[in-house]
Amino acid sequence: MRKLLNTLYVSSQGAYLRKEGETVVVEVGGEKKLQLPIHTISSIVCFGNVMCSPFLMGFCAERSVAISFLSERGAFLASARGAVSGNVLLRREHYRKADDADSSLSIAINIVKAKLSNSLAVIHRAIRDHGAKINVNLLKDAANKIKRLIKTLSDAKDLDEVRGYEGEGSYEYFAVFDQLILEQKEDFVFNGRNRRPPLDNVNATLSFAYVILSHDLRSALESVGLDPQVGFLHRDRSGRHSLALDMMEEFRSVIADRLVLSLINRRQIAKKEFAKSASGAVTISDSGRKTILTEYQNRKQEEIFHPYIDEKVKIGQLFFIQANLLARHIRGDIDGYPPFFWR
Amino acid sequence: MRESEADPILISALQHAMFCERQYALIHLEQIWEENRFTAEGRVLHERVHTEHKESRRLFRQEYDMSARSPKLGLVGKCDLVEIWLDPKTKQPVRVNPVEFKRGRKKANDVDRVQLCAQALCLEETFNLPIDAGEFYYLQERRRVGANIDDSLRARTIALIDKIRAINISRKTPIAIYDKKKCDRCSLIDFCMPKYAAKSVNRYMRYQTAKTLES
Ligand code: SF4
Repeated sequence: MRKLLNTLYVSSQGAYLRKEGETVVVEVGGEKKLQLPIHTISSIVCFGNVMCSPFLMGFCAERSVAISFLSERGAFLASARGAVSGNVLLRREHYRKADDADSSLSIAINIVKAKLSNSLAVIHRAIRDHGAKINVNLLKDAANKIKRLIKTLSDAKDLDEVRGYEGEGSYEYFAVFDQLILEQKEDFVFNGRNRRPPLDNVNATLSFAYVILSHDLRSALESVGLDPQVGFLHRDRSGRHSLALDMMEEFRSVIADRLVLSLINRRQIAKKEFAKSASGAVTISDSGRKTILTEYQNRKQEEIFHPYIDEKVKIGQLFFIQANLLARHIRGDIDGYPPFFWR
Repeated sequence: MRESEADPILISALQHAMFCERQYALIHLEQIWEENRFTAEGRVLHERVHTEHKESRRLFRQEYDMSARSPKLGLVGKCDLVEIWLDPKTKQPVRVNPVEFKRGRKKANDVDRVQLCAQALCLEETFNLPIDAGEFYYLQERRRVGANIDDSLRARTIALIDKIRAINISRKTPIAIYDKKKCDRCSLIDFCMPKYAAKSVNRYMRYQTAKTLES
């Protein structure tokens, strides 16, 4: 399987990135802090006030290393990339399928099925591992509701219906999510999803985890020649990466949510990393973000079984595999899009 | 404009189609390209060819890195070296010889011979001369070996060109057929996913959904 390359995250404010030979150099305060060969990096993510030399940008574009610029909090600002990959045929088919109601519907159903199935798996895992500490009845009840939604999904007539089931399923899942927080419960209270801005510590961490996940999916889609802006489940809206959001659905719970839960439950992140502004918005400190990023990178090295590929793969490779499977389906190699099921 | 002119086939693409038609389509239709050791080496070799001197005597010329094309076959490409002999009286070419550089010591294989034949077909059209032989030049050993361009090689080369044209016109990437010997050393295996090309997604979805529901 393809080599798993690293994403370089730069969050030191005032950092300057430049090219030196075949390497990327990170300077902070005029001092060389890091130097990496370009062939070990798949993409670069800059948080806040981080600068890149134009030569580095050109170099990255040439080597198809995507550079994203996010705000310090992780809101998407801009990205730099070179000429789009030459696969015009694939993109045309992509747009055709996105315009075709039946094709979009079948892709969307598969994605949402996997999404709901994976959030169900997160609930089941919690019952299995911590059944003594949590309200099992509440969780089982939510699990049954989600199962019913998965069953009805197969008969969905249109995308709105699929989106409806997806919304209901997420609601049921997040309604019991608080049960999965086992430690530091007084500092990490969860009363449902909120975002833009997140209003509590759990939501702030979830939002941040989703941002880094979506960046990886966007790069994976670009690397196989798909257009991350044109989605099947999510509607196009300019500036929004609808396809990256589609692909994220099957990974949210098993990758991002589990990451957040284990950071809290293993006390790797604590109250002191969060600050609440006058408006109620919660922000994460520099060191808190660093902890999340490091743990995320570690997770990507872990192996996981992929039931379609029928092989163990590194978590970090899943994004490329799913993007490529979607591309293969769009080009007509396989009779549908096989999403990832966590078992 | 004829289809063959609108959509010329690269001589260098013949090797991909000969190895695997799907690989040809992935590289040339879908433009997927994994940089690997061989392409990097290819570049180094190319740079060296440019620095070689050009030999030119009164009745003998050497053209390095010469463009070659055949409008008739819809073929374009490059020859590492073309040697041209001129007639003493008319100063017109009377014999033309394509020379293909080989970096390793390995004997020229069928892929190499088809490539050389394609060059010869182009040069025949350009110079309006029959070409029945070419040469391989082994750079490491500084040794030349002659190669016949016979009828069976011509027939195979033309059949391959026809096959490629059919793929180009259909704009369809042929389905993958997993072949351990071939696929496991193909640089595109991760994009191609040959093991899953025929695996039913509908069945997979039914199975996974059932598994979830009974969990
Ligand atoms: S992996 Fe196999 S089927 Fe796919 S392009 Fe390579 S040789 Fe052809």
